[in-house]
Amino acid sequence: MRAGGWWRAGVALAAGLGVLALFFVASGFDPGEALGAMWRGAFGSWFALMSGTLIRAVPIALIALGFTVAYRAGALNIGGEGQFYAGAMAATWVGLHLGGWPGALAIPVALAAGFAAGAAWITVPVLLRRRFGVQEVISTLLLNFVAEALVSYAVQGPLQESQHIYPQSDALPASLHLPLLFGTRLHAGALLVVAAAGALAWVFARTRLGFELLASGLGPRAATVSGRIPVEKLAAGALLVSGAFAGLAGGTEVLGVSYALYPNLSPGYGFTGIAVALLARGAPLGILASAVLFGALEAGAGAMQRDAGVPAVAVYVAEAVIIVAVLLADRFAVRARREATA
Amino acid sequence: MIDLSMAEGFLSALLRVATPLLLAALGEMLAERAGVINLGVEGAMLAGALAAAIGASGAGPWAGLALAVAAGAVLAAGFAAVAIGARTDQIITGTATTLLALGLTGAIYRRAFGTTGAGLSLPTLKPLVVPGLSEVPLVCQPLFAQPLPTYLALAAVPLLWWFLFRTRTGLALRAVGESPASARAAGVPVRRMQVLATIAGGAFAGLAGGTLVLAQVGTFAERMTAGRGFIAIAIVVLGRWHPVGVLLAALLFGGATALQFLFQAAGLDVPYQLFLMLPYVLTLVLLAGVAGGVRAPAALGRTTE
Repeated sequence: MRAGGWWRAGVALAAGLGVLALFFVASGFDPGEALGAMWRGAFGSWFALMSGTLIRAVPIALIALGFTVAYRAGALNIGGEGQFYAGAMAATWVGLHLGGWPGALAIPVALAAGFAAGAAWITVPVLLRRRFGVQEVISTLLLNFVAEALVSYAVQGPLQESQHIYPQSDALPASLHLPLLFGTRLHAGALLVVAAAGALAWVFARTRLGFELLASGLGPRAATVSGRIPVEKLAAGALLVSGAFAGLAGGTEVLGVSYALYPNLSPGYGFTGIAVALLARGAPLGILASAVLFGALEAGAGAMQRDAGVPAVAVYVAEAVIIVAVLLADRFAVRARREATA
Repeated sequence: MIDLSMAEGFLSALLRVATPLLLAALGEMLAERAGVINLGVEGAMLAGALAAAIGASGAGPWAGLALAVAAGAVLAAGFAAVAIGARTDQIITGTATTLLALGLTGAIYRRAFGTTGAGLSLPTLKPLVVPGLSEVPLVCQPLFAQPLPTYLALAAVPLLWWFLFRTRTGLALRAVGESPASARAAGVPVRRMQVLATIAGGAFAGLAGGTLVLAQVGTFAERMTAGRGFIAIAIVVLGRWHPVGVLLAALLFGGATALQFLFQAAGLDVPYQLFLMLPYVLTLVLLAGVAGGVRAPAALGRTTE
């Protein structure tokens, strides 16, 4: 993120928390107590930072990175939530069958299954877009509901734990657990995220593919007419990668955090990921920073509910204001630039 | 075996599911015809639902319904101020609007009704039974014993058709959605039209949320709209941006959902999740069939400079 980006993100964050505080005052919650609890839950201790904030930043960042790939190519993947669940299901299913394998082999295979399942889940919207012209905004969104129903079926049917009592899968064998970092609950998936962000930053900035993605997203007409850029193919590929990243997020969540499949595994990571991608304006390294911020908001929200009695959903007020503040800042920046050049 | 009372139960469930979807989708259709795609419908429904609960617990179900309409309109006005006023990306602004409503309603609900609000039971709208007609079996029996919002939704279909296709204002509104530049050249106040259409759409969504609380569930719960607003957006596409098409699509979605009750009543042993998926899968399949042959308003979702 360039200096302007940090400045903009800071203003947006201040606006978000400011509005949240005002809302607390207006609705009769104690803003000091609520925001204080949020801070302690997000950054108050080494444990809060690693096991609260960063652990949530991992799936959010993966989904945001994927969203960005498609967004660059002019495609909107609103189905991160569904692809996350597809990946979680696949990783659980494969993981439960690989108990006898050494972890060094089993973990990559299970994660690859999550990655592939995310891509498979978005294949339907990709085909619908290419064959029938169905907007992917709607098809990916609808498939979220299908995925949630499918998980609900899986944990009460084929993937239910052996006692057949609880709606969840059996726990994965220890060999399938992702290694933990620094003796905290933060898992090695965090390293994967950093690597993925670095790789994408390189692709976007330094490769022909990165340029073609951007060109086809910004000016699909011009890119098509130029005849050198296969716009539709790029968009399809970008959507597949985007789904795969969300699927991988589902995989790392199961192998690194929950160790089993649950129906409510994601508290809305699919949508938070979109907000994070937009806040960072699609810059991969900026996404890492924004994901930590939103991870902190969500970790803080849990603490706020526990310690200050404020419902955790209130944090969405801050998230919404942050998104709108960024949109407005961008608009005014564009207008100011236009007036400066005029 | 499927007997008469089961068929009536099915039709009744179909109408119950379809009513809020139809209301929200008609409102969204109005906005989209003016070129505005508002993903904040889900949020406007949620705001309407909470407003209905608050209004009804204080001053009865009618006050609740009125407050629901107002809440939906206010939220849509906020969306319009940013998305149309400042010309931000409509999809993203709409998503943020829904997020905002999710947070506000969750916290206000907790504040207004306390943590024990789950057992909250509100005065609800009783079915308005049309004497005579409601005694005719099968179709008429469920159709003529519905709460008011169902009649409102059904009446809105011809009214909106008339408005869109038979009035000057309706023509101007469609022109704004197809070609804002030509509309402006013809003297139509483009942005005012878009703002008003969006706010009217929000009022419909608020009513849809109020219906959910006052005519169906009888209580409010966090996230209770559960994606119905997003379904409404799909229904608009499926209904080809036409009031009658939207009606058919909403009824179809209602039917696909109500099948669950029919199969349960018939004692068939099929996992219930299959029925949870069915309406969405069916919508996708039908979209594939419809999307190729139909065109969205040409300027939909594009910011007007």
